[in-house]
Amino acid sequence: MDNAIAISGLNKSFGSTKALDGLDLQVATGEVHGFLGPNGSGKSTTIRVLLGLLRADSGSVRLLGGDPWRDAAALHRRLAYVPGDVNLWPNLSGGEVIDLLGRLRGGLDQRRRKELIERFDLDPTKKGRTYSKGNRQKVAIVAALSSDVELLVLDEPTSGLDPLMEATFQYAIQEEREKGRTVLLSSHILAEVEALCDRVSIIRNGHVVESGTLADLRHLTRTSITAELAGHPNGLSKLADVHDLKVEGTRVRFDVETHALDTVLRQLTDVGVRSLTSQPPTLEELFLRHYTEAGTR
Amino acid sequence: MNDLVGTRHLVRLALRRDRIVLPVWVIILGSLPASTWGLYDTLYPDAASRTALTSTMGANPSLSLLYGPAFDLSTAGGFVVWRYGSFIGLVLALVCVFTVTRHTRQEEDTGRQELLSSAVTGRYAALTAGLLTAGLAATITGLITTVGVLAAGAPAAGAIAFGLSLALAGWVFSAVAAVAAQLATYARTANGIASAVVGAAFLLRAIGDAATDLRWLSWLSPLGWVSQVRPFAGERWWVLLLPLAATIVCATVAYRLLPRRDVGMGLIPPRPGPAVAAPGLRSPFGLAWRLHRGLLFGWLTGFVLTGALFGSMAAGIGDVVGGSEQTKEIFERLGGASAMVDAFLASIVSIFGMIAAMYGVQATLRMRSEETEVRLEPLLATRVRRLQLAGSHLVFSFAGSALLLAAAGAAAGLLHGLRIGDVSGQVPAVLGAAVAQLPAVWVVVALSVLIFGLVPKYSTAGWSVASLSLALALYGPVLQLPQIVLDFSPFTHIPKLPSAQLTATPLLWLTGIALVALAGGLAGFRRRDIG
Repeated sequence: MDNAIAISGLNKSFGSTKALDGLDLQVATGEVHGFLGPNGSGKSTTIRVLLGLLRADSGSVRLLGGDPWRDAAALHRRLAYVPGDVNLWPNLSGGEVIDLLGRLRGGLDQRRRKELIERFDLDPTKKGRTYSKGNRQKVAIVAALSSDVELLVLDEPTSGLDPLMEATFQYAIQEEREKGRTVLLSSHILAEVEALCDRVSIIRNGHVVESGTLADLRHLTRTSITAELAGHPNGLSKLADVHDLKVEGTRVRFDVETHALDTVLRQLTDVGVRSLTSQPPTLEELFLRHYTEAGTR
Repeated sequence: MNDLVGTRHLVRLALRRDRIVLPVWVIILGSLPASTWGLYDTLYPDAASRTALTSTMGANPSLSLLYGPAFDLSTAGGFVVWRYGSFIGLVLALVCVFTVTRHTRQEEDTGRQELLSSAVTGRYAALTAGLLTAGLAATITGLITTVGVLAAGAPAAGAIAFGLSLALAGWVFSAVAAVAAQLATYARTANGIASAVVGAAFLLRAIGDAATDLRWLSWLSPLGWVSQVRPFAGERWWVLLLPLAATIVCATVAYRLLPRRDVGMGLIPPRPGPAVAAPGLRSPFGLAWRLHRGLLFGWLTGFVLTGALFGSMAAGIGDVVGGSEQTKEIFERLGGASAMVDAFLASIVSIFGMIAAMYGVQATLRMRSEETEVRLEPLLATRVRRLQLAGSHLVFSFAGSALLLAAAGAAAGLLHGLRIGDVSGQVPAVLGAAVAQLPAVWVVVALSVLIFGLVPKYSTAGWSVASLSLALALYGPVLQLPQIVLDFSPFTHIPKLPSAQLTATPLLWLTGIALVALAGGLAGFRRRDIG
């Protein structure tokens, strides 16, 4: 089995709102897959369909080789889920919730549980609502990571964690990857996806607009260049693939489409280059491009 | 005053949020007296029948227990106050309690209060807004009552006294709820504390009004004050000072307590729990037991106490009422058979059934609130199946309501048996009569499951099903509604045990309907979206 998750042409509407509109998503077994999109783009809806909580209107969805709606309970033995909004039972302590969820998944690694509670600096004796959002999330993360499962489905798992805990989380996910587990990580924290994921799918308005390795996606974007030239830059602004050009005397700053990099650099060296810095696009820029510039694709 | 800034906006927010629920309650409760006003002349057209009414029903302690003391049954006003006064007071008290909690403690529970507190709102704004909203509802209920009975032809003094006494009862319990909201950390606990005070007030009034030598107990109960004002029976205006004073005292306590605690926290501090779950907490049922047990034990205590209380009153019925044909007729309309005591027992087990149905609906709706608070999702993302999850809650709805009925029936039978020296005969008889209510209870509960499964958004309509069944069975016969309307209530079809013949047919039919509705609800839940 190559793909842990294979979705094609998935549609889901709530009344007149179309939440998912022909969504395709492939997650290979053993990879950490970033599922990137702004709020309301359909990430959580996709995950709920994958968990058999929502029924797909149309399209094909395969999860770990099964049908997530029909075989829900059987498939759920093999996965652990961290919801984006963790709500705990007010009269249950964090430790009780971890144990309950672990047992319901079919077992809990006690050593791992203890270790994770220490690492995440979690007080397991506090009760439901006395936890902060971040601590509620830690409860769900510890419960998920101490279960012995093939697939981790994480819906914005770090949205309430402080930077220190985020680092702890990233480290824990690296460990999971080394154990060969598949991870679907939905997020809008780009640094996290950049640090953790093998492949990324970008979702917007209910369908995936871009999918591939980070290198694949970089190929589609621009490079920022700042250069100090020997003379006055001529003709740069005439090139179609140069954007946001700023010229201050002999100093230039612009963004260039990656495929035109060669042409542009030639032009620069023709004038004479004294210093040059180029920055690869961050995921931030990928993101901005797909979600702020409507219809650039 | 700075501490109150923003109150006006919060009141408007509260009224906006409650724009359907509150008006519905206010109108129903407020117009009940006027709508039944004309009934008196129909039922008791002449002086002779009114004298008979006063000497029989008016002197009957078991009716005083249910309705309060009868001060003057020779006028429509006195009759309406006696018949509905303490009932409206009781329901209004609960409406006020839930309203205050909803706009104070529950807002803190959900974290919405933080958002509001960070805006320009004074320290006391939320509490004041909650109290004003509930107080307003109570006041308008009283106003509608007064205007309604005036329009029906009531004398002005009595109409004003009646309206005021009801409004003030609402005020008292709004203030009680305000105190509870400071003590408890969770809305559920706050509602529990305040509702327990309402229940205690009802029991104090019931015992005080029924037992001649304990009359003073009724004076301790804000619900007792409603009748002690004696509207239409030589109004005692000074009694209105009691609820007024109680409101001021409770509200002051609440305002004093508020600055002593943090937003989101109660004065009763949360205790830490175990770091590791007990071995029993390993299944959906293990979790459901943790979620339901407090509620179930609370109800169970109430049912046993009420059953014992009513059981001990039962034998007194026949002595007082004597052989008046008219009274018997009324009793039969209330759901009884020939013998007074048996008729009384039949009425109380029927009331047990209706209240047990309320519990069943509440337990079912617990599952819906778990769903809306996104706590079903993490469970359904494990190997728990949907039917298994639903079953873990529905055990409480169905078996729990059966347990309540059995407990109340056994307690009533035991106390009644002890009093007449026939424990071995009465326990099975009354227990059987109580358990015979189950099919009707289950129909109501199963309908709430059906709604939950098919149209989850409207799950709270389960309450409407339960209330409607109760209202039809309890007040339908008194209002002389046509049989076809009465037949809509499953409780209409239950044989009036213990004296009537036990006929299995209606029980089987009801059970069948319950099963079909349950199956439909579960099938719907299996197939629908979660959330």
